[in-house]
Amino acid sequence: MEHCAACGTPEQAAALKAVIEQSRSTPGCLMHILQEAQGIYGFLPIGVQKTIAEGLGISLSEVYGVVTFYSQFSLKPKGKHRISMCLGTACYVKGADKVLEAIEKEVGIKCGECTEDGLFSIDSCRCVGACGLAPVMMVGEEVYGRLTPEKVKTILEEYKKEEA
Amino acid sequence: MTVQELDALRKKKYELIQVRRVVREQGEKMAEHTGYRKQVLVCGGTGCTSSHSAKVIAQLEESFKELGIDDVLIVKTGCFGLCALGPIMIVYPEGAFYSQMTPEHAKTVAEKHLVKGGEIVKELLYKGTVHEDGSIIPFAETPFYKKQMRIALRNCGVIAAEDIEEAIAAGDYAAIEKVLTTMTPDDVIKEVLDSGLRGRGGAGFPTGRKWSFAKASAGDVKYVCCNADEGDPGAFMDRSVLEGDPHCVLEAMTIAGYAIGAHQGYIYVRAEYPIAVERLKIAIKQAHEYGLLGKNILGLGFDFDIEIRLGAGAFVCGEETALMTSIEGHRGEPRPRPPFPAVKGLFEKPTILNNVETWANINPIIMKGAQWYSSIGTEKSKGTKVFALGGKITNVGLVEVPMGTTLREIIEEIGGGIPNGKKFKAAQTGGPSGGCIPAEYIDTPIDFDNLVAIGSMMGSGGLIVLDEDTCMVDISKFYLEFTADESCGKCTPCRIGTKRLLQLLTKITEGKGEPEDLVKIEELAEHMKSSSLCALGQSAPNPILSTLHHFRNEYEDHIYNHHCTAGVCKALLSFTIDKEKCIGCGMCAKNCPVSAIARTDYVAPGHKLASFAIDTAKCIKCGVCQSNCKFKAVERK
Repeated sequence: MEHCAACGTPEQAAALKAVIEQSRSTPGCLMHILQEAQGIYGFLPIGVQKTIAEGLGISLSEVYGVVTFYSQFSLKPKGKHRISMCLGTACYVKGADKVLEAIEKEVGIKCGECTEDGLFSIDSCRCVGACGLAPVMMVGEEVYGRLTPEKVKTILEEYKKEEA
Repeated sequence: MTVQELDALRKKKYELIQVRRVVREQGEKMAEHTGYRKQVLVCGGTGCTSSHSAKVIAQLEESFKELGIDDVLIVKTGCFGLCALGPIMIVYPEGAFYSQMTPEHAKTVAEKHLVKGGEIVKELLYKGTVHEDGSIIPFAETPFYKKQMRIALRNCGVIAAEDIEEAIAAGDYAAIEKVLTTMTPDDVIKEVLDSGLRGRGGAGFPTGRKWSFAKASAGDVKYVCCNADEGDPGAFMDRSVLEGDPHCVLEAMTIAGYAIGAHQGYIYVRAEYPIAVERLKIAIKQAHEYGLLGKNILGLGFDFDIEIRLGAGAFVCGEETALMTSIEGHRGEPRPRPPFPAVKGLFEKPTILNNVETWANINPIIMKGAQWYSSIGTEKSKGTKVFALGGKITNVGLVEVPMGTTLREIIEEIGGGIPNGKKFKAAQTGGPSGGCIPAEYIDTPIDFDNLVAIGSMMGSGGLIVLDEDTCMVDISKFYLEFTADESCGKCTPCRIGTKRLLQLLTKITEGKGEPEDLVKIEELAEHMKSSSLCALGQSAPNPILSTLHHFRNEYEDHIYNHHCTAGVCKALLSFTIDKEKCIGCGMCAKNCPVSAIARTDYVAPGHKLASFAIDTAKCIKCGVCQSNCKFKAVERK
């Protein structure tokens, strides 16, 4: 487990170990373990992937291959406030691209990046299923609907104020 | 639980559920036996939850305490369908349909309507249910609901999604009882086969045939899978079924397990659907507690269990072999067929995979019979189809209609038409694998085969309405960006083909297109269709081919005239100020992010101030000036 020392607390390492122990005998458990690991660490640094590979007796390349295949798994840390703009069709035809531009401008980073202070990260996603409220973004678990570039500004200013 | 206990349980909440299904007068009589004077159903689906229906419920509970109301039941249900007007709340037995609820509205309804002797608060009702003369019409009679026929969604928005007793009272688990007590596996397969049910996931393969292949495959270990990896952006019917009636899926999978000889099921569900996952977990736990899942179901000797597996955001995992590879814990790449999953699927064992909506049709087919089911729909497409109406349409939401309903009925009558007086241009079906149906085909009866004949496909049922402001080249590019991003990379035609198609489309939208690009696109598209490994690559060119077929003039306009017909493609736009209309207020210049607008010397006749003009060299074509001009002086060409 020495790989984990560099990328987390002893509590996190213990939690990961427990997840691996609990699931290792289930067929096809790798995805589940990765999801749990991302829940524990917030992202999947190489050290965590090594620990999982060793715990399951498979190669790191196999773990890395799965991590990089699925868009939900992240090799980089995400912001405290994870902004996720829906770019599904229903949102797109209602101007989601313009809303995303406004978010990028407001936060000062591009989609896929995280601010240096670690407060905000922006990602795009494909349909959260709230098409009735299109265009939609999520900040953490909170869904904001019927967005316009102006509305985005007001919402994000609230988050910034909260952090100031 | 035994069969007798199940029957008794079904009766326990029968009247409680019936109050929500019958007309007002009957409901009022029934309500007397239920212990609840009224019932308030609040939508707890993703759409309404996003517009804060939980706060509405919290407010109702608080108001009930304050007002001493203890004989009104609050029920958190799944989706009612009319997501655009959420949060939605229905009060029975009156069937009063409140829309766009806020906590303040909930307080008002509690104080004026839900108290003893209260009256419906008309001004908060969904406008469609209030007649011009002020009388209230049942919501089932409104245009949105009238033409619908709810089979797959029969219990969505009717029952408390987290209460197995309500699900049982509404008819869930009656079919598994019938199957295990009176039918052989062959009887079950014959019933499904005779019903004419075709897979609702996209390809439309006959469900009964799939099952019979898997039954015929040798082996003791077989699997039943549910595809709940609803990846088609804009489609959310599977999510709504899982959120509104998760037990109907569990029951149907158990029935299939009995029919093909499987004892284990897997539900592969998108991790982006947290509410659906949570309700599935609750449903599986309850089904175990009530002896409807696990060992010796209903004491009748059949074992079946179900596990949930979460996806991690890969569109290709909607393809059956890729989905199974993903459940096995690998990169979700498809594998060549044959062997088909019915012979060699999950963990190399015979497997059937159906999507959520398909499973939702099984209980009614078993209970009402194949003959009833096959009497609905068209010659080769039986039953109903759920569509997720989205885009430029008034009633965004979920609708279920018999196969063969025309696009016009769906858009104009049920959907309430296009907002803002805009013109209908096309409907997109089948998502990134489908195509566009132009206005001239609006009277085509929609079924599997008709959609293919006009160059689109059913897909999972996303139906995105496009109006005159949509650029068809841009929308093709949007889909190609999606498929290029989601291509798994295993086979060359798809990996490279999607990238090249996207490059060509980008070139055209940037005004750099050449006439031979269209020839190249068509040639490449044909190669991809014939040589890609799975349906993702085979169907990725469909959005381009269908728009190229129906809207070739728009492509040509971009290439020959460097002009975007709909005024969408930024590189081809130019903004100008009509100096005669400009009153010189300066709002445009004030809001221009790049200071590209300045005052001129020209004062138009009748105006006091000099007009403004845009420096096209500086302009970034953001359109802010146009949205800020109250005098319509900014023109976009």
